[in-house]
Amino acid sequence: MLSTGLLGAAIAPPGLDLQSSFIDLAQTMGLTPGAARLLWLPLPMLLVLVGAVVGVLVSVWLERKISAAVQQRIGPEYAGALGVLQPLADGLKLVFKEDIIPARADALLFSLGPVLVVVPVILSWLVVPFGQNLLISNVGVGIFLWIALSSIQPIGLLMSGYSSNNKYSLLGGLRAAAQSISYEIPLALAVLAVVMMSNSLSTVDIVAQQTGAGIFSWNIWRQPVGFVIFWICALAECERLPFDLPEAEEELVAGYQTEYSGMKFALFYLGSYINLVLSALLVSVLYLGGWSFPLPVEWITGWLGVSPDAPLVQVITGSIGIVSTILKAYLLVFFAILLRWTTPRVRIDQLLDLGWKFLLPIALVNLLVTAGLKLAFPVAFGG
Amino acid sequence: MSIASTTQQICFLVLSATTVLGALGVVLLPNIVYSAFLLGGVFLSVAGLYLLLNASFVAAAQILVYVGAVNVLILFAIMLVNKQETLAAIPGLLVRRLLSGAVCAGLFALLLRVAFTTPWALPGPTPVGEEATIRIGEHLFTDYLLPFELASVLLLMAMIGAIVLARRDVFSTDVITGEPADQGLIEKDRTPLLIETPATEPTLLSKP
Repeated sequence: MLSTGLLGAAIAPPGLDLQSSFIDLAQTMGLTPGAARLLWLPLPMLLVLVGAVVGVLVSVWLERKISAAVQQRIGPEYAGALGVLQPLADGLKLVFKEDIIPARADALLFSLGPVLVVVPVILSWLVVPFGQNLLISNVGVGIFLWIALSSIQPIGLLMSGYSSNNKYSLLGGLRAAAQSISYEIPLALAVLAVVMMSNSLSTVDIVAQQTGAGIFSWNIWRQPVGFVIFWICALAECERLPFDLPEAEEELVAGYQTEYSGMKFALFYLGSYINLVLSALLVSVLYLGGWSFPLPVEWITGWLGVSPDAPLVQVITGSIGIVSTILKAYLLVFFAILLRWTTPRVRIDQLLDLGWKFLLPIALVNLLVTAGLKLAFPVAFGG
Repeated sequence: MSIASTTQQICFLVLSATTVLGALGVVLLPNIVYSAFLLGGVFLSVAGLYLLLNASFVAAAQILVYVGAVNVLILFAIMLVNKQETLAAIPGLLVRRLLSGAVCAGLFALLLRVAFTTPWALPGPTPVGEEATIRIGEHLFTDYLLPFELASVLLLMAMIGAIVLARRDVFSTDVITGEPADQGLIEKDRTPLLIETPATEPTLLSKP
């Protein structure tokens, strides 16, 4: 395990680069480089958007099926095989529902609120890597961009809570904002410890630092406390059940979404599930080695005696990368769903106590210990 | 003109228009909630301007600090104390508005004069791009160490002050009124909030 840091720094496989291949192909068909780039630009964005929405449909189906299994029911069964089309039916129902704006509500803010909740979440998919070059943009601020963007969301929640002109909505919006401010700090500190080990904010570099010795070089072994803090905070940011106070149905009807129906409600729904999948993906990027396979692909190609740069091998390793990223993320989504259907909700004072009095000091200590270990064992902790 | 520079031009125009109009809205709108939301919009478009200047770390920090913390706290404060009532008319409001307008116009003229008389170096220094994060870190821990530490001391002072103001039970008397401090919302042994003490409650047995 001590040698993982060195190995990770030494081996940086080139991987699949679809962008340059596409631009080369377009240029052979007689396009200028600028025009080829312009043609390329919307493709990954559309792909990731479609991927995010399909990810939501899958997790809604999983939520229905797993909750049914937990409660010893069968769950959706008739819409498609095993009810896989049920989330699609849910979505269609919401699209065709009447869009109601309450008479005394503030129509402008009421419509803008859900948009402000969804847009930052979708923008954050910009930095989620599925392979060395398989992401929309390898921006230098990487993971910090996600932290910054997720801090816009409470404004949308406050906006919809306020503009609904309903006391439950307002209370829900205030709770959501308080919760997301409290849990953002330990979350950012947990991320900071990982960033300190990889010497970079870029998600691609964070994953590259975890390759080398397969499963043993993943950050979860070096940052177990950080992993737990990050996962708890991510659940709190997504308002998943142990922390779903903003929409606690016994107390607040549905919190900030009480007055919403139709497509605006669907935006909240979509936003919360996209956020869940995004958080799971980022946990897998930060702590579970992202797209790296438990056995390093370089070893496997070495044993098979094939060159890792051959086009077919690159396509296969790229696909393995995408599949393992998604598998890791959905394993975490499964745990989140299981948690939702098996744990009771915390009270608001317990929630704030946990955030400020427990997670924040632990995250600070974790950061300090990581810094000390980085100085003491630069080989293992990315010196 | 290439596609990139045209896009940049359009983005700059849109961002500066939203900044200026949003800032005017923050000052001029009578509804304080609208002002607070518009302030968030202004902060976001300033972050967009930083992005256009190739300062992505500063842009992200601007969003995190100003939109995510400052603006959310402002909104929080407004919504916790917001009462739907019309304010009492202030005497001489027109004169006050004219005076503050004149002060603002004077400041604007001064800034315009500075902007037009300063010999700007064009084109400016080459942007460092992705290296900026490392450069900012180096500066913060070498030549800007003192301001950095002073800012953190300032924040600590504000935090301690807020705690002292909010927890008046640490004083035996109220700071403002001079009366013995007894805040109803803070749970004490003699006045529990949730559980009625059985001694004070007459039961069937103790009744005559």
